[in-house]
Amino acid sequence: MSDHSIKRRFAGRYASLAEIGEFIRREAQKAGFSDFNIYTIEMAVDEACSNIIEHAYQGEDKGEILLSVHTDEKGLTVVLEDYGQPFDPRTIPPPRPDAPLEEQREHGWGLYFMQQWMDEVHFEFTPTGNRLRLVKYRHTPTRDDR
Amino acid sequence: MEIEHIQYKHCDLVKAKGRIDSYTAPQLSEALNKITESGRYKIALDLSGVEFMSSAGLRALINTQKVCKRYNRGELVLVNVPENIRAALDLAGFIPLFKIYDDVVAAIGNL
Repeated sequence: MSDHSIKRRFAGRYASLAEIGEFIRREAQKAGFSDFNIYTIEMAVDEACSNIIEHAYQGEDKGEILLSVHTDEKGLTVVLEDYGQPFDPRTIPPPRPDAPLEEQREHGWGLYFMQQWMDEVHFEFTPTGNRLRLVKYRHTPTRDDR
Repeated sequence: MEIEHIQYKHCDLVKAKGRIDSYTAPQLSEALNKITESGRYKIALDLSGVEFMSSAGLRALINTQKVCKRYNRGELVLVNVPENIRAALDLAGFIPLFKIYDDVVAAIGNL
C-alpha cells in the first residue's frame, strides 16, 4: 500500500465533531481497517478533539484544530495540533472501570479510551500549543514480528 | 441526533437516533433529566438508531443511572445496544451497571 497524507483544519467547537468523525472514518476506510477498528479510531479522535476544546481552548470558538492523517504500511497516524493552553491529560486521575455506580467519576474517560483503542498515544507541548499523535497499527505486533 | 420519548403508565421509553458526542450529549441528558425531574425513574433507552457514542454519552447514561437507582426507586435499562457501543460500555466497565435487553417489549415488561 502506498503512503498517503492529508491535512484538514476544523473550527474548535463541538459542532465540528460530526464532520471530524466523517473525515477520520473516510481515511480509515481508505486505509482498509475493519469496521470495528474504524469505530475505535473515530472514537479516540473524537475524545481527543473534545479534550482540546474543553481543556486546551477552555471553551468553544477559541481556536482551530489541525488534523493530519498519514497512512502507510505500518498503519494510520493522526496528529492533532491546537494553539491553546498546555494541557496534559495524564494529570487527570484515571477513571476506575471497576468502581461501583456511586463512585464512578465524570472525567478521565477521554484519555482512557484513546489509550485503550489506539496502539500509541504521544503528547508533546510546543511553544505554540499541544501536539497529540495517535497511531493504530494494521497488525498488533506479536513476538514473531520483533 | 433525534430523540423520541414515549410515556407509558409505569415507565418511559426514550429512543435516540444518530450521533451522541460532546455536541449532542447535552440533548440526551436534557431529555433524561426531564423525565427524572418529573418524578419518574423507570426508563428504557433504545439505542438501536445510534451510530456513535463518545464518553460524553456514557457520562449521560451513568449520571441518569445514579439518579434513577437512588433509594431503589427505579433504573435506566438499555435496549438494542449496537455492537461497537457495547464494546465501549464493556471497556468502561459499565456492562454490570445496566440491564441490557434485545427488544423493547422485554425491557418495558421487566421495568
